[in-house]
Amino acid sequence: MSGMNRNTGLSFHLETAAAWLLAFLWMLPLIYAFWSAFHPPEYATKFDLFAPLSLENFRVAWDQAPFARYFLNTFMLVTVILIAQFILCTLAAYSFARFDFPGKSIAFALVLLQLMIMPEVLIVENYVTMSKLNLVDTITGVGLPYMASAFGIFLLRQTFKTIPKELEDAARVEGCSTLQTLWKVYVPLARSTYVAYGLVSVSYHWNNFLWPLVITNSVNTRPLTVGLAIFGAPESGVDWSVITAGTLLAVAPLLVAFLLFQRQFVQSFMHAGIK
Amino acid sequence: MNRRLSKSHIYGWLLLMPAAIFLIAFTYYPTVATLAKSFFSQGTAIKPSEFVGLENFESLLEDDIFWKIAWNNVVYAVGTIPISIALAILMAVWVNGRLPLKSIVRMSYFTPTILPMIAVANIWLFFYTPDIGLIDQVSRNFGFASHNWLGDPDTVLGCIIAITIWKEAGFFMIFYLAALQTLPPELEEAAYLEGASRWYYFRRVMFPLLMPTTLFVLINAVINSFKLVDQLFILTKGGPDNASSLLLYYIYEVAFSFLDQAYASTLTVVLLAVLALIAIGQFVFLDKRVHYR
Amino acid sequence: MLIKLKSQAKKLVLAVTLGLGLTSTAFAVELTMYYPVAVGGSLTKIVDGLVGDFMKENPNIKVNAIYAGNYNDARIKALAALKSGKPAQTSVMFSIDMYELIEQGAIVAFDDVVKTADEKKWLKSFYPALMENGITQEKTWGIPFQRSTIVMYYNKDAFRAAGLDPEAPPATWDEMVSIGKKLTKKSGGNVNQWGAMIPSTGYPYWMFGALSMQNGQTLMNGDGNKTHFDAPATVEALQFWKDLGNKYGVMPSGTIEWGTLRQNFLEGKTAMMWHSTGNLTTVKKKAKFDFGVAMLPAKKRRGTPTGGGNFYIFKKSSPEERSASLKLIRFLTQPERTAEWSMKTGYLGTRADAYATPKLMEYVKDFPPAAVARDQLEFATAELSTYQTGRVRKLLDDAIQSALVGSKSPADALSAAQKQADRLLKRYR
Repeated sequence: MSGMNRNTGLSFHLETAAAWLLAFLWMLPLIYAFWSAFHPPEYATKFDLFAPLSLENFRVAWDQAPFARYFLNTFMLVTVILIAQFILCTLAAYSFARFDFPGKSIAFALVLLQLMIMPEVLIVENYVTMSKLNLVDTITGVGLPYMASAFGIFLLRQTFKTIPKELEDAARVEGCSTLQTLWKVYVPLARSTYVAYGLVSVSYHWNNFLWPLVITNSVNTRPLTVGLAIFGAPESGVDWSVITAGTLLAVAPLLVAFLLFQRQFVQSFMHAGIK
Repeated sequence: MNRRLSKSHIYGWLLLMPAAIFLIAFTYYPTVATLAKSFFSQGTAIKPSEFVGLENFESLLEDDIFWKIAWNNVVYAVGTIPISIALAILMAVWVNGRLPLKSIVRMSYFTPTILPMIAVANIWLFFYTPDIGLIDQVSRNFGFASHNWLGDPDTVLGCIIAITIWKEAGFFMIFYLAALQTLPPELEEAAYLEGASRWYYFRRVMFPLLMPTTLFVLINAVINSFKLVDQLFILTKGGPDNASSLLLYYIYEVAFSFLDQAYASTLTVVLLAVLALIAIGQFVFLDKRVHYR
Repeated sequence: MLIKLKSQAKKLVLAVTLGLGLTSTAFAVELTMYYPVAVGGSLTKIVDGLVGDFMKENPNIKVNAIYAGNYNDARIKALAALKSGKPAQTSVMFSIDMYELIEQGAIVAFDDVVKTADEKKWLKSFYPALMENGITQEKTWGIPFQRSTIVMYYNKDAFRAAGLDPEAPPATWDEMVSIGKKLTKKSGGNVNQWGAMIPSTGYPYWMFGALSMQNGQTLMNGDGNKTHFDAPATVEALQFWKDLGNKYGVMPSGTIEWGTLRQNFLEGKTAMMWHSTGNLTTVKKKAKFDFGVAMLPAKKRRGTPTGGGNFYIFKKSSPEERSASLKLIRFLTQPERTAEWSMKTGYLGTRADAYATPKLMEYVKDFPPAAVARDQLEFATAELSTYQTGRVRKLLDDAIQSALVGSKSPADALSAAQKQADRLLKRYR
């Protein structure tokens, strides 16, 4: 009965309206981006239901900046980071989950410290390191500080710990080496954690800005975010039509993937969050 | 036994080694190097770097801009953290309930998480621009005078805070949503049968049960309040007169516009110290239950 | 002679190693040049075209142009490249970076590179106002290339609507106030059209350089080690800027965003704006009304700072590379090419004889705004540039903004900035 009340009462309607209003406000920037990108520049700041549609802004944006190259760079960056993270974090997580060694708890605490001291804080010193290694303006240079991820190690360790030890023992009996056991037993059983972590990592690095800004110089390495920042920098005068068109181009792949796999996205983030 | 144990040692360390090398190279070494550099002067071609003791920290104490920015950062944290957490709980409760069009609403809340800040900053610039911007266009219809949102030191930081809340609330919602789904539904039924109001149920039952999530989100929110500075690059560059500048942005400016790595390191040490304090607080107060389940 | 021999020997070695006589692939000198421009724009195509022409004329020199983003990026990148493996030999960078580059020991003076009488004469062929940011310690360190000034854009239709003569833009500060008042249109508490806007984010010190020059005061000395922030005329200039908003009400109070100002002008929200000549092409393309371009008004005199990028030659380079760089810079600054560059980009022609070429004369006749920037050069001065230029510039930027938003009086803000600038610059005196 109370359930019925909760579905029909005035307060329920008010709450629904509030929830919708908040959702609308949260979508507003994106709605505006669509408006301004698909209409001629004179409508960028004026709203008229009968404004003509146009794709011209996309053409201009595409001509003004090498978006294709930026896409490729971001794609390579995200891939390189993800592969390295998977390898490094899997090995370390396995070590923490199933091996005993002196200094383990200190080592683990040190790893967790990186959750606090993220690479963003250390841009100044990491820049010096990269220039010593001659890795300024390389995609490797952008990726290196993120490859050993405390978050990934932690997440995988938690998952590995839930896997029954008996499965490992069985694999050992069949003559599997340590790495084979890891590959054949642990990795397949942690698949959903990999998907979850992968999605979190990809959306993080697709959107990352400060460190790539510092470390890249040229078209051949700049990811989308940095390219977009230079493209839309207020220095040269803001032209919202073209900027929003460029913005939509840049976020399109992630946005489309998100809309198609919304459930998986949300569940992955939840999965990563509750560990 | 002994042999197996030592084998375990070796394997344990070997497996950890690759990650450890990366962590040492890009987290621990730079942390120590930053600390060391903060005791040296900035070298130039004419005048090489030399040990100056605490001189950099003395100029930090005398640097009015630093104090202003430190205060901004406190305001930024106090402004973003409680509101985005409250909104996140509200969103999660709504999306977890019997809301019509639930999945669209959930998607709307979550979308900012996957949009790059640097890209949406330009859109927010349109919202805030005086006269021709969206906020002024709307408020004009209600008879309000136009306002120079980003050009007024009293409102600029609030504008930056609003963007950050928009960006992170939906992300935090996810954690609450996950937690809410682990709460047994009987709990709520029981509370209502007892005649408890919704607010009472939330305050006395749900919120305490969500405490571990809140603590986890809190830490994330605190970190974000030092990390999320991307929007400044497009919107204000820290202005007017540093009214919207934040610590990490100032570090970037000192290091890469003024080319003063020594002072940038000194500022970084301050930031590291703050983060270390938070980390210690986490270990001391939050126990292992919070997220080492 | 020795250089030539050496380069021929290099060619020979290369030819031998290639096993074929493919000398066309063997360059005697290879130059890397950083160029401050956001990539992919039309400007990169023009620069690529010019560099291509140069390589056609000088088949033994290869030039790699690297587009490094904005001026700040270009400077960081070039300095970082010096420390690491792959340095550039020549670059276009912000004209105000000169002192910083000298202090870092990064650049050589052109006086040490030029040899022949012809080359020495070339050094003197540019507008003196544009050379101010390139000369210190009695030597020339930078050659003007991508240069601009501030001009006043105004909406002639708005002038007509207010009953003003569209061919008589304000020529003095007083006129700017009186005309600005006539152009400010209010309805209720809202302003539908402002009289004027001067941007105060992004590059406040640059706009302020114009105001203080108009009041007869430069912002710094020629050695780059002393600023004049607290001079009475400087304070007066800032007071006037503030008064435009707070006292006369012809400009919004608070700061005005550099990036969105053009949009404000195009939408008729302001009848006049001060902005870089760099906006000329866009305004011309997008304005739906009749607009004009005028010199900035005068108080004691007219005045504007110059702005933009200069060519530098880096110290870390061999004599051959230096003379090849010089050759490249001379090629790019020939009168004919300068004329073409100015027409295509909207940047200033850097020398008087460029404006004497038939093409540019024709162009200026058809498009008088191009002449305004040139004529204003007579009154132009150097852009704020000192040692520690990033910091000193920020001091002034902050002082200007704090005065405009009303948190400090102009006199207090500027004297505090001067004190701190003195502290920074003391050791360079």
